[in-house]
Amino acid sequence: MSNDGQPAQDPLIDETQEEQRRSAAARLFDIRRVIGGLFVAYGVIVALIGVFDSRAEIDKAEGVRINLWAGLVMLAFGLFMLLWQWLRPAEPPAPNEKQPGT
Amino acid sequence: MEDGGGLRLDMNGLDYLILALYFVTVLGVGFAARRAIRTSVDFFLSGRSLPAWVTGLAFVSANLGALEIIGMAANGAQYGVMTVHYYWIGAVPAMVFLGIVMMPFYYGSKVRSVPEYLRLRFNRPTHLLNALSFAVAQVLIAGVNLYALALVMQALLGWPLWTAIVVGAAIVLAYITIGGLSGAIYNEVLQFFVILAGLIPVTVIGLVKVGGVNGLMDAVRDSKLGEAGLHAWENTGTTANPLGAHWLGIVFGLGFVLSFGYWTTNFAEVQRALSAKNMSAARRTPIIAAYPKLFIPLVTVIPGLVALVTVKGLGAESGDLQYNNAIPLLMRDLLPNGVLGVAVTGLLASFMAGMAANVSGFNTVFTYDIWQAYIRRDRSDEYYLRIGRWATVAAVVVGIGTAFIASGFSNIMNYIQALFSVFNAPLFATFIIGMFWKRMTALAGFWSLLLGTLVSLSLYLLYKGGVVHFNSDLEESFWGAGLAFATAVVVAAILTPLTAPKRDEELRGLVYGMGGVDLKGDVLAGDAVWYRSPVLLGVIAVALAALFYIPVF
Repeated sequence: MSNDGQPAQDPLIDETQEEQRRSAAARLFDIRRVIGGLFVAYGVIVALIGVFDSRAEIDKAEGVRINLWAGLVMLAFGLFMLLWQWLRPAEPPAPNEKQPGT
Repeated sequence: MEDGGGLRLDMNGLDYLILALYFVTVLGVGFAARRAIRTSVDFFLSGRSLPAWVTGLAFVSANLGALEIIGMAANGAQYGVMTVHYYWIGAVPAMVFLGIVMMPFYYGSKVRSVPEYLRLRFNRPTHLLNALSFAVAQVLIAGVNLYALALVMQALLGWPLWTAIVVGAAIVLAYITIGGLSGAIYNEVLQFFVILAGLIPVTVIGLVKVGGVNGLMDAVRDSKLGEAGLHAWENTGTTANPLGAHWLGIVFGLGFVLSFGYWTTNFAEVQRALSAKNMSAARRTPIIAAYPKLFIPLVTVIPGLVALVTVKGLGAESGDLQYNNAIPLLMRDLLPNGVLGVAVTGLLASFMAGMAANVSGFNTVFTYDIWQAYIRRDRSDEYYLRIGRWATVAAVVVGIGTAFIASGFSNIMNYIQALFSVFNAPLFATFIIGMFWKRMTALAGFWSLLLGTLVSLSLYLLYKGGVVHFNSDLEESFWGAGLAFATAVVVAAILTPLTAPKRDEELRGLVYGMGGVDLKGDVLAGDAVWYRSPVLLGVIAVALAALFYIPVF
């Protein structure tokens, strides 16, 4: 695949490409924060249920304290997402002035 | 043991709290994505701004709909380990091919949809044919997804069918109309993790119950599947295996025509990659998605097998003990309150992910490929953004309508879905010839697509009408797809020499060997590192798929 020039032009596509310079996509939040938040909440709720699980509930799950374990794993996953976002924040968006086709 | 009496789950307040928290988060994501929408590209393609891991997980999630979770666990119970063919040969190679070979043409030409590629490569009739069939298929399938969601909510939670349909539709409608594709994709990523959080506990406890992997294998040997249920390729020299499929059918029918047709030309999937922030991220999107896809059988096929050996009487023709209820039955029997709420949430998330992918694919094709191209040209970008929001509303309302129709004729809706999957084969043939044979003419493209589609449609109707006989629906779809593919190739070969070719300049960036594709353009410095190479990642994924077959050969 050589790189000698631009793809074929089309008026409808060019129109949208022009508009893309006004894009507000850089204002999009980081999804890692939402995933992290939801899983921390789930982890805390389910682990707490697990702490207070009755014998009957543990027996239903074949003797596994599944609520406790699943809760702790979800909590750890949620914290990992938050930590990842904190350590490696989203790369700054590429400058929008880029002309289509330069 | 289990009597199979009633699927109703014993949900308590905390389970409902977990479910409610999820609904609130999903809506919140939609509202929060709104501020990032100013142009139509922001709405339909997330402003082409997303990182590869987000688009990759959304890519796999868009496919983790109703059919996938419920259906593949059912297949696991019915056909055993052979179900992995749908993943390792029936998905991964096609996803890698899309990323390495086809994505440069899709993303590099800046087309805004899959039908638009056909408009540039061939002509407007080809484009219109594909745009219309895609749009119709998406709203119908959205309705089927919605109906399946309502059925599960009715069975598990006791919600009336219409309440479940309206609630499911309203949530999807809200977050896509408001948050556009970013809302849909972000929620798909969230859904991916919630689905896993729901399925993993079922799998783990299921395995504990049957005594681990060895216990499961022993139990399957004693089940009605027997030893054959533990092998993927054994006895595929004939059709005397659980799936009733010859290896030729598996490799060429499923692995090539059906799978490449679905994964490489289905805009509901490809749209996720088009929203990536640069060429490298777009190419990595389906390849990153291939990695979770490799492992999903662990949480669908294994629960299916566990259900087969622990739920007495599973496999009934009707009632609560149908194969389709494998996962809900395990949830009922094994999960205590708490993880039960997470599992129900994961199941509902998967239905919503499937429907949202259909709706967001529809609104883009409707706006760019039907409304802008044929009905109202040269309006402002704001105008098309508004049309996109109305198209979303219309799609969901029509989806509700089809869901109610589906509730009356559930078999007919299954047929329609099977039918549209067969439409993919001629589409893929037209694409792949057009991408690699620059001489192929516009007229040849149109007739290849139309006649290929008519052939697969006719064969399907003849089979349903009892005129032509096949051993199973699966065998019919292999043959239909193969025949449609062959028809498209033959038509292209005959018509191309007789009609006028397109000029070379018109094909730049669209056809292999014509130049105009910039693989390194707008790539961030970090994307050049070796472990982000699409080719390397793709080769590893395919190698893993082959390796995974060894223990279950």
